[in-house]
Amino acid sequence: MSKVTEIFKTMDYGVAPEANDQVVAWLDSKQRQFKHFINGEFVASADGAQFEVIAPATGEKLASVAQGGKSEIEAAVFAARNAYRRWSALPGNARARYLYAIARLVQKRERFFSVLESMDNGKPIRESRDIDIPLAARHFYHHAGWADLIDSEFPDHTSVGVCGQIIPWNFPLLMLAWKIAPALAAGNTVVLKPAEYTPLTALAFAELCQEAGLPPGVVNIVTGDGETGALLVAHEGIDKIAFTGSTEVGRALRVATAGTGKKLSLELGGKSPFIVFDDADLDSAVEGVVDAIWFNQGQVCCAGSRLLVHESVANRFHDKLKARASKLRIGDPLDKSTDIGAIVSEVQLQRITHLVEQGRAEGAQCWQPDGAMPAHGFYFPPTLFTGVAPSSIIAQEEIFGPVLVSSTFRTHEEALQLANHSRFGLSASIWSENINVALDAAARVKAGVVWINSTNLFDAGAGFGGYRESGFGREGGREGMHEYLKPRASLSVKSREPSVKVAAFSVAPTSGSVTTGVPLLDHTAKLYIGGKQTRPDGGSSYTVFDAKGKAAGQVGLGSRKDIRNAVEAANSASGWSAYTAHNRAQVLFFLAENLEQRSEEFAARLRALLGVSAAKANTEVAQSIARIMFYAAHADKYDGAVHSTRSRNVTLAMPEPWGVMGIICPDESPLLSMMSLIMPAIAMGNRVVVVPSAASALMATDFYQVLETSDVPGGVINLITGERDVLAKTIAEHDDIAAFWYFGDKEGSAKVEHASSGNLKSTWVDAGIARNWQSVTGQGREFLQRATQIKNIWVPYGE
Amino acid sequence: MNTRVQVVTELMATHAVRNAGMPLNLDLIANACVNLSAVERRAATLTTRRSVKKEWQAAWLIKALTCIDLTTLSGDDTPDRVARLCAKARMPLRTDLVEALGLESMPKVGAVCVYPTMVRSAVKALQGSGIPVASVAAGFPTGLMPLKLRLAEIRYAVEEGAKEIDIVISRATVFSGDWQALYDEISAMREACGDAHLKAILATGDLKSLRNVYRASWVAMMAGADFIKTSTGKEDVNATLPVGLTMVRALRDYGEVSGVAVGFKPAGGLKSAKDALAWLTLIKEELGNRWLDPSLFRFGASSMLGDIERQIEHYVTGRYSAANRHAIA
Repeated sequence: MSKVTEIFKTMDYGVAPEANDQVVAWLDSKQRQFKHFINGEFVASADGAQFEVIAPATGEKLASVAQGGKSEIEAAVFAARNAYRRWSALPGNARARYLYAIARLVQKRERFFSVLESMDNGKPIRESRDIDIPLAARHFYHHAGWADLIDSEFPDHTSVGVCGQIIPWNFPLLMLAWKIAPALAAGNTVVLKPAEYTPLTALAFAELCQEAGLPPGVVNIVTGDGETGALLVAHEGIDKIAFTGSTEVGRALRVATAGTGKKLSLELGGKSPFIVFDDADLDSAVEGVVDAIWFNQGQVCCAGSRLLVHESVANRFHDKLKARASKLRIGDPLDKSTDIGAIVSEVQLQRITHLVEQGRAEGAQCWQPDGAMPAHGFYFPPTLFTGVAPSSIIAQEEIFGPVLVSSTFRTHEEALQLANHSRFGLSASIWSENINVALDAAARVKAGVVWINSTNLFDAGAGFGGYRESGFGREGGREGMHEYLKPRASLSVKSREPSVKVAAFSVAPTSGSVTTGVPLLDHTAKLYIGGKQTRPDGGSSYTVFDAKGKAAGQVGLGSRKDIRNAVEAANSASGWSAYTAHNRAQVLFFLAENLEQRSEEFAARLRALLGVSAAKANTEVAQSIARIMFYAAHADKYDGAVHSTRSRNVTLAMPEPWGVMGIICPDESPLLSMMSLIMPAIAMGNRVVVVPSAASALMATDFYQVLETSDVPGGVINLITGERDVLAKTIAEHDDIAAFWYFGDKEGSAKVEHASSGNLKSTWVDAGIARNWQSVTGQGREFLQRATQIKNIWVPYGE
Repeated sequence: MNTRVQVVTELMATHAVRNAGMPLNLDLIANACVNLSAVERRAATLTTRRSVKKEWQAAWLIKALTCIDLTTLSGDDTPDRVARLCAKARMPLRTDLVEALGLESMPKVGAVCVYPTMVRSAVKALQGSGIPVASVAAGFPTGLMPLKLRLAEIRYAVEEGAKEIDIVISRATVFSGDWQALYDEISAMREACGDAHLKAILATGDLKSLRNVYRASWVAMMAGADFIKTSTGKEDVNATLPVGLTMVRALRDYGEVSGVAVGFKPAGGLKSAKDALAWLTLIKEELGNRWLDPSLFRFGASSMLGDIERQIEHYVTGRYSAANRHAIA
């Protein structure tokens, strides 16, 4: 029987290998030895150290790559610093030309990069060819545009400086593009460390930078392992760190950069829910799962790895899923008919295997399709666990492999409860043909990216990034540009003067405040928690002195437990976030109105506490009222955006409140600075736990009386007076606080950044640099931006 | 695999029975969910996920050839023209190519499809070949003819010797949601067909929405259609992969409920060998190899064969071929 006759009977696909001779020739032309790219040249490590890069498809060695050490990082940062002066001063249009050239070159070398990527990473050629590389090119095009628009679109911003960028191995060239394109567009220079497993496309990209005539030092690539990365992060010449990778490493970077003043963005892990409601197009949802967890061998940070499916359709859906998974082809990444390629490394394969064994041991039903796996290389079959309890390890840990865990839900409410019951919050995929069901879920799910009836859609024009322990900062679009820019105004601020007097936190009676005659009726200033004046849990107060050193009164000495209670109260006040923006604006206007009625009293308090002139005190009160009105005005005007991504798709960028925020207020301009911090936060729908200036705490306790008359619901603003850095520690460590603004001293700032690594809360610290609260730096969009996080919701449509 | 799917699969494998249909059950389609964007995405990646090259491609193209309903449906059709088409149907590939591929015999197309008045000529021309004659009927291509006359036309075509009848549905019943009327019509047509197989053309280019396509597919199958078919070839939009995917999913769902395997025929606008491979991939992925057979899958096409011949010659010789090297119909 002829071969054709035989195939006619079996109707097999056969083999369809993508040619890789050009890439092999390129590797051979380098003798399979690769160096760092520093200051526009390829240089070996000073000590000659190297490591091996393995082809996951075969387990064989692909190349040797230089292991970067201290001197390479030093040289690269030096080169980047040198290049920064000229690069950042170039007109945006000039930078645009370079980025455009890079975009074009990536496109012209698409096939080369695709093949190299699949050889190095093990991903199917279909994916590198149709997804990774075209998206990388698109990213450079998009940011060539931003380079041109920087001055007109971000007139108040400037570049950050030298950026240290560390990228993962799952989308090597694409992640490089996500990092380098916006950094360069904004006028920064970079030192990038590719992942140890997959450095080759980055090194090919370095050649492409030469081809594009990019000035030396603008892009530097240092290869190496985690230690190389740590050296980069620790280097003093770095102004910003951008990292994509595991939550574990992200946490370590938060700790390592604490107090250094380095800007930080983290794009970390996930355990993203894939929710299938009973009114979904089930066959399409099945394909969604394929694109969610069986894409890139499941090694995707935003993989829909947690399937939540309505009880009434669960069996049917699982059956369809199994039938579909049985059709997936596992094997040679360079074969054009391969769906699932190789896992990136033996270590990763072992990790997946181990977690799957744990899942089995925990009693979940494990299903894998029949069929042999390739004999060599690192492969793992598509795996479905059903009957998985939320308490199971495999339901909580990020597996980073082609392993889907499925649980059922009974109601819409329960689906969201299960979806949100996670430390992560990167993405969510929601399947329902009912617009009410879908949009409600999209609004309520805690995730930075939400895909309705779709999954793993990416575009350079949309923001990408997570909530919670999935990190902070966004990549892509306008949101992403902010990560590589800083406000110009911050250049002109100076260090906080230590002249502002400090309160004495002695809980013992204060002598010397002897009064003659009938004493004034004692005024007992308490804490303000959940809309109630509350005695401090510790039962202690401290004395606040006036400008002349006389005891002005006592205020509660807040403690850990008071912070705990305040957070509980703030959590219970979640209704505030659901208020219409108009309603929140009304409450703020009313607050301003009531403060104005008592302006004389507040001015007198400021005069007494700060010893300032009547005019100055009056001005601060007036400015405070104006500030409240400013944010009342903004409450219903700080809008999101609709990104231009794909056709027939609305990609919504919605600013959402963090939820519960901690705020530490500075001592200077105590009333104005406190209003400047509380108001943008609550205008955006946050509930806040506020530590007012300890020295001027009486002013804050006066303020709760204004709150009480202004319809501010209990729990929205909680005021805890006491020792700043003691309370700051508790707030920073509290896992139920999502964001923390700290305006104190340099040391305290470092401690806050360090301690907030626990739940990776977003922090904003001033490192002891005082703001001028009277000037433009005291209010504006920066505050609103810091009070919100952007959720991108992708809504494809069409009938 | 779960028991339900397994039972259905076995049933489908062991009983090559005609679709007897079932009572109209609107519960099964009332809440039909078809998401256009998601279906398009799947359709777009179906062909990028699979690649068929070299000898595999040659074999697949022969398979495609055997599934073609070689069609002529023009106002200027004549008995002689139909006879020429039938000659091509008997010998769709050059003998030297058949030999070069090492095929056991000359492959044959799935059927020849003509207007009712041409059936007799076709039957005569195909005598002894084993190739069935299919006839369009029931007021093709619009279906806007009184039911009585449509049924009479079907009976006429069957009497003339057609073994397969390609009918068109009344689009109006879909737009008005009068599924009962649609069901009754097709049931009556099925009866008029007698032993001839009924292929129901949904004219998907007119139905527009995929939900309509999904529901109309189900009603046609419940009324006993042996095949469901996309287009007459006369609508503005013919067979597209998203439409095909939707119909194939309906067919799969119907199979799960009824245990019967229904056939599928995309038609109109299918011109290239590449189109053929794309559709075969869709069928293999969504339904499985059992459907890669003329008893369950047909292409309604006239010009596709020419491109298949050229591609086969390219495979055999390594040189790009020209249309004039292959016999015309």
